[in-house]
Amino acid sequence: MELLNVENLKMYYKTIRGDVKAVDDVSFKLDAKDALGIAGESGCGKTSVALAILRLLPSNGRIVGGDITLAGESIVKMSERELRQKIRWKRISMIFQGAMNALHPTYTIGHQIAEAILTHEDVNKKEALERAEKLVELVGMEADRVKRYPHELSGGMKQRSVTAMALACNPDLIIADEPTTALDVIVAAQVLNAMKDLRSRLNLSMIVISHDLSMIAELCNKIAIMYAGKIVEFGDIASIYKEAVHPYTDKLIAAFPSVLGPKTELSSIHGFPPDLLTPPSGCRFHPRCQNAKQICKTSEPKLIETSRQGHYVACHLYGR
Amino acid sequence: MAKEKVSIEARNLVKYFPIKLGFFKTLVSKQIPQVHAVDGVSFEIRKGEIFGLVGESGCGKTTTGRLLVRLLEPTDGEVVFNGTDISRIPKKDMRKLRKKMQIIFQDPYESLNPRMSVYDIIAEPLAIQKVATSYEEITDKVQGALEDFDMVPPEEYMYRFPHELSGGQRQRIAIARAFVLRPEFLVADEPVSMLDASIRSEVLKLLLSTQRKIHASFLYITHDVALARHMCDRLGVMYLGKIVEKGSTEDVIHKPLHPYTQALIAAVPVPDPTARRISVTLKGEVPSALNPPPGCRFHTRCPQASEICRQKEPPLLEVANNRYVACHLHSGA
Repeated sequence: MELLNVENLKMYYKTIRGDVKAVDDVSFKLDAKDALGIAGESGCGKTSVALAILRLLPSNGRIVGGDITLAGESIVKMSERELRQKIRWKRISMIFQGAMNALHPTYTIGHQIAEAILTHEDVNKKEALERAEKLVELVGMEADRVKRYPHELSGGMKQRSVTAMALACNPDLIIADEPTTALDVIVAAQVLNAMKDLRSRLNLSMIVISHDLSMIAELCNKIAIMYAGKIVEFGDIASIYKEAVHPYTDKLIAAFPSVLGPKTELSSIHGFPPDLLTPPSGCRFHPRCQNAKQICKTSEPKLIETSRQGHYVACHLYGR
Repeated sequence: MAKEKVSIEARNLVKYFPIKLGFFKTLVSKQIPQVHAVDGVSFEIRKGEIFGLVGESGCGKTTTGRLLVRLLEPTDGEVVFNGTDISRIPKKDMRKLRKKMQIIFQDPYESLNPRMSVYDIIAEPLAIQKVATSYEEITDKVQGALEDFDMVPPEEYMYRFPHELSGGQRQRIAIARAFVLRPEFLVADEPVSMLDASIRSEVLKLLLSTQRKIHASFLYITHDVALARHMCDRLGVMYLGKIVEKGSTEDVIHKPLHPYTQALIAAVPVPDPTARRISVTLKGEVPSALNPPPGCRFHTRCPQASEICRQKEPPLLEVANNRYVACHLHSGA
């Protein structure tokens, strides 16, 4: 069943020097119970996509084209009031990057989770606090941690608390922006396992934004690779890992060293990501692509389905 | 590989940081609490060798790195560089030695002075150490350093300021600055953890090729086991201020002996959806270094802990050729 549909989304940031095309013609679909990973280098627009879905744009950002529909209902056309009452937190909630450091230091964890429930649902405070306790247990902490203040918790527990907070109103979709980046390897693995467990138990849909492909490989079943504001490859995670079609995806995967596999030369991508004020003509990856042909410089490749079902790629070289 | 000369050696290094108490508490308390950041760490790095220190944050790996180049004074123990103990020599003599030992910091956004141009940043160590004095000579060296790190043409980057550079370019400048004096020993403290994966490998490649060119010995500090595997010849695994396992990189990663090393390696996510899933065997987080647990420091989280682990601290023993582990399970007892 289709849950979220993003169609030709364009989101620009207005600056003195012109429009920064952070998200430029991005389309993807998300089915219920799917976990989609959005990967790419910093500045490729992955967080902007997430912010656009919730319409939580900074004052200079605006959606200039395209549509986002949640179960058939357009989010882009909705009024701010409707959005707040019906969508945010109730149907889509977000775990922001570094959210664990944004917890209010002078309120207990329980209070902060209950606050979200009280704002969005018609319950009394006692019920809200009881639910907060259940949520804390759900993410794998002891229920009495709700009485703790953020400074009394470790990084892993704070990350679990913000995850609990995102689950407060039983959303259909959770967007997690770099949920494990600030954590240590072992703690990150614990949080990752907790999220995997939640996904299967609550039948959640997820969008996970990360630059870390290994983390996405652990958690998601679909992946979208973004480069300079565009999706260059989209599909089933196993299919993409088995055989990436886009040269960028290929390089990105090879840039991650493996712990146990054969020791290979680390591959790298020459050059630097482009400036989104004036993105390169044609295929945006062509200045860094080793296989670039004349056509790549002049015409922009469309996202087309490959011979494998559900696997899309935007590259002129595909099929040649 | 033929045995090279030992370049730098840490002998039983100890660093405690005292906690600042209020005035009244200092009068009352018998003992000032101390953070046991590094507690008896020994290893040696041979010429041209890359030694990696891995562990979670707070395990003391950065402190160890700083002790080696004497940015921190050790509480106890020795740092032997080219055969002489440098941990007690006067500051004046230390400055001469700094020409031979350099450090690359983690965050290129903070380690470069925003008011200095790239040229000034790289030229500063040359001027301080009086390696090059004339303008021509300095310019020549700065250009050479930039070229070494693929910042070509150097004229394009030389007069820029750090804010005009991307993260990857900044870190290259920070590395070029460390290498410009042709040091014999370098400490790299998580040099690429702030960079994107795609840029990371390029910086590492340049780092490796330059290191090989000048045959420097290297201490590579990281929390990323997968990267350490690609960079290092030998590895030391740290937990709460102690080295729990030491050996050649491939041995440590493929045949980890200490339960902590095993858990650390099992926790690394694998960038392949068909590979085995991660299994977390460890519960909880690293205990406080303020009063580390008695006995084996790892016993509170160790799935195989027995009675002896709670009471007696395991020494770091050689269990095979050049393979050390500090664990009662492997001490033969």
